Amino acid sequence: MNAEKQIVASLAGVTKKFGEITALNNVNMGVRAGELLAVLGPNGAGKTTAVRLMLGLSAPLSGKVAVFGRDPRIASARGRIGAMLQVAKVPETLKVKEHINLFRSYYANPLSLQTTLEAAGLEGMEERLFGGLSGGQKQRGLFALAICGNPDLLFLDEPTVGLDITTRHLIWQQIRRLVQQGRTVVLTTHYLEEVDALADRVIVLNHGVIVAEGTSAEIKSRTAQRKIRCATQASRAEIENIPEVAAVSEQESRMEILTAQAEPVLRELFILDPNLTGLEVTNSTLEDAFLKIVETKVGETKNGETTTGETKPAAQEMTA
Amino acid sequence: MSSASVMTQNPAASMFRVYGTEAKYEFLKTMRQPAYVIPTLTFPLIFYVMFGIVFGGKQSLGAVSLSTYLLATYCAFGVIGASLFGFAMGVSMERGYGWLQVKRASPMPPLAYLTAKMAMAMIFSAILVAALFAVGTMFGGVHLSAGRLLGLAGTMIAGTIPFCALGLLIGCYSAPNSAPAVVNILFLPLAFCSGLWLPIQILPKFLQHVAPFLPPYHLGQLALQQVGFAGAGHPLQHVAALAAFTVAFLLLAQRGFKRDDVSINA
Repeated sequence: MNAEKQIVASLAGVTKKFGEITALNNVNMGVRAGELLAVLGPNGAGKTTAVRLMLGLSAPLSGKVAVFGRDPRIASARGRIGAMLQVAKVPETLKVKEHINLFRSYYANPLSLQTTLEAAGLEGMEERLFGGLSGGQKQRGLFALAICGNPDLLFLDEPTVGLDITTRHLIWQQIRRLVQQGRTVVLTTHYLEEVDALADRVIVLNHGVIVAEGTSAEIKSRTAQRKIRCATQASRAEIENIPEVAAVSEQESRMEILTAQAEPVLRELFILDPNLTGLEVTNSTLEDAFLKIVETKVGETKNGETTTGETKPAAQEMTA
Repeated sequence: MSSASVMTQNPAASMFRVYGTEAKYEFLKTMRQPAYVIPTLTFPLIFYVMFGIVFGGKQSLGAVSLSTYLLATYCAFGVIGASLFGFAMGVSMERGYGWLQVKRASPMPPLAYLTAKMAMAMIFSAILVAALFAVGTMFGGVHLSAGRLLGLAGTMIAGTIPFCALGLLIGCYSAPNSAPAVVNILFLPLAFCSGLWLPIQILPKFLQHVAPFLPPYHLGQLALQQVGFAGAGHPLQHVAALAAFTVAFLLLAQRGFKRDDVSINA
């Protein structure tokens, strides 16, 4: 069923260069109807470029970009799309409701002003000038502009950057509601917690290619790491010599050890230092998996531990 | 989808509505910016009162009084300023701060953005002509027939177009905080050398030879011909020159838009 879902937006064999820099290199990706897709990657990985292409803000050097079967560079092809982008300054001398009403006028079948205000948590602020809003309110204002057109496909570029925890959770709740209503959402973010909380599927980009793709759980399991933290007299070199250890780092006075199998490492650790304290064993987070995927691809393998990371561009199967 | 059927109901009417709404909010947004409204409306009036009425006195030039002559050139001066500042500052800020991207990602027709700003400049032009005419009539002894006044207003409103194009060009290439400086550096000398501050006849000879290469000169001449001063050249020559400048500015501006990796008419 999952694979049968309709592709609503796609990049097919897309390459994009900025001067000498290749931002995307023959990338294939498809956004499936009704899913929440997170696009991850370090700065410069190409995730913003991918989103800009799907919004029609940018043209590919080669390959094909389609959104609802049309070229998104044509204004009318964007009639079912909403987008929340990073903006340094929104015109300050329009009221919240005026901004929303103007954007509503671009769409054939928009949400009502009141519904939009409620969904963005801006009730009671409609008469305020945009310039008079706080940072969090401005972000909610941009969210309101993204959803006011009642779009079927929503692009959210770092929607909760710089927000306090309450506002972030409010936006998460709204994003979940949008997906429940059957809308498709493409999310780029630096907060992996956000991906874990929201995403059905994750695409990891690095250096312009897709290095991993799957559910958040799949991405985590492909690295299958556990993290051991403790304060110990054992030296870093001694710990690195334990065969199962993948990586060691010293954080303040504590050792942080990454491994696929925690138990044998712990046995060795207690032999090295029977008095170790502050022991903690955790499953790796999406963040650990993400860092590992990204690092491995660059070729900075640690302790000869390589194989899983040599990820093939996962998207070949997805040609639309 | 139901949305698709709504969209195709009456595309022409809904297009018209989109352009109208865009212009309406552009107007509201701009009227709340004193940094634009006050200088744009008051500087031409102050200069006109100083040079045209206080110093001008009862002098005359050709068939018209100096106050009538300078009414025409300060109309052109004001219209050029309103167009240049409106476009250059608006576009450079909205581009530079990422706001234009948000609008470009929406289904807004790109031309709506430009026509809204142009409508804004035209409204300001009409206000300026009315204000300068009122001051000239009350304090400068200016007598313009209704026909001449309408001709002047129409010329000024249409005359915004080349300068909107130049403002767009400046806005496409300059950073938000440098755009006002770029406009001032271009606008004040250009207006002076084109004979909009003081009659071109009293400027040094070499400037009189340079002026025809400057766009404001042509709008100034058209304005003068509307108030009954027989300026140099046939009106159509000036219209042609302004049209050529407009095309050149737009072509260069389009390259600026392409640099932002979007095409202007997508």
